[in-house]
Amino acid sequence: MTEASAPGGFAQDLDRLEEIVRRLEAEELDLDEALRLFEEGVQRLRAARERLGAAELRVRQVIADQAGKLRLEDLDR
Amino acid sequence: MGSSLDQFAAFSPEGAWTVAEVTRRARAVVEGGLPPVWVKGEISGFKAYGSGHWYFALRDRVAQLRCVMWSRDNQRMPAAPADGMQVFAFGTPTVWEERGEFRLTVRHVLSTEAGGLWQVAFEKAKAALTRDGLLDPARKRPVPPFPRRIAVVTSPDGAAFRDIVAVLERRWPCVDVVLVPTRVQGDGAEREVCTALALLARLPRLDVAIVGRGGGSKEDLWTFNSERVARAVAAVPVPVISAVGHETDVTLCDLVADVRAPTPSAAAAAATPDRDELGHRLDRLSRVLARALTAPTRHAGERIERAGDRIAAAMARQLDRSRARLSESGARLDALSPLRVLERGYAVARDESGAVLRRVAQFAPGMGFRLRVHDGEIAARAGGGS
Repeated sequence: MTEASAPGGFAQDLDRLEEIVRRLEAEELDLDEALRLFEEGVQRLRAARERLGAAELRVRQVIADQAGKLRLEDLDR
Repeated sequence: MGSSLDQFAAFSPEGAWTVAEVTRRARAVVEGGLPPVWVKGEISGFKAYGSGHWYFALRDRVAQLRCVMWSRDNQRMPAAPADGMQVFAFGTPTVWEERGEFRLTVRHVLSTEAGGLWQVAFEKAKAALTRDGLLDPARKRPVPPFPRRIAVVTSPDGAAFRDIVAVLERRWPCVDVVLVPTRVQGDGAEREVCTALALLARLPRLDVAIVGRGGGSKEDLWTFNSERVARAVAAVPVPVISAVGHETDVTLCDLVADVRAPTPSAAAAAATPDRDELGHRLDRLSRVLARALTAPTRHAGERIERAGDRIAAAMARQLDRSRARLSESGARLDALSPLRVLERGYAVARDESGAVLRRVAQFAPGMGFRLRVHDGEIAARAGGGS
């Protein structure tokens, strides 16, 4: 299992957001439920935006030592 | 005559070989001594029979070799070869006993033009990979939509890596890029690429891998046509995007990979979503979300308004009813008012203390009393005692 498919990942946020919107649009919800969904939607939206925004490409290089152990070293670009 | 052949030594009714025996033995010798081979030569006397079998000869300046290619084998050929064409033919040397003819049973024919020899090696490796199911489309794994870690197997000095990094920076900078450096051409490159690919299994939390290099000559790209490299690609535990050379070069590595990208830049794009596009998608979702909430709240608001209207209406009705009752009571009250009776001409007599005088006996002769008529009160006196 990779991180991208872990709970709380970007894909989950996006999927859940779309489901929330669909439910809000399609279903006869009472106000409490609608507000709860809306709040969750706003939270997920914020989380997804943060993930998109907080981003600087990190580039590293794999180095294998004599014993065959791997380490990652930042790469000057 | 020193060593003359004793030609009659083996001659006896039992010793003479039959034609069938000789040709069968010759066939066994040929088939046992010559493995299946690739033969280079010029096609001559090509003839396709109604049965679908092909008969021709391969020749060079010195010799010629009779060939047959059965229909079950030649059906796989894109086209029949023509006389004069230089080809590589793959087949089994044998002896056709019926005709006592030495010949090659051909399984595969390739034109030598446009790098036929490379093609031979390529086709051979491809056949082996196909046999092992490595080119099966069902093996292709989808690339995860939002990768967090991408490994790149390529030369650290090549344009390919720079191109990939530039595209990732623009499209999906929230990713962790791990270069697994390797030489991509020259002696030992094949082994190095295989080692680098094997190392991917030891990188934790890897989502997808890109393997490749920029454009080059056929020889330069050859590493990626190696069967060993192709098998190493197939063994990578995460989806692999292959980008070798330019659009027109398709290597074995490309065929085995989960996704084939025409260039290294395209591979980087295939590995990632576009951040801007995703941002727009989030904007759209955000607008839809805001709009979506207005429906339930409007619904609730309408209910509140409706309830309010009903309360107001009920109140109004209650008030009307009260008012009606009040005015009815007022009317009845009014009718009972003693003033109304006085209006009709009656009068009320009261003594000085205000007590109503109802009987004759209450009036002493000459007694003063007060008489209340409709519009006021007057002082009065009872007449002398009769």
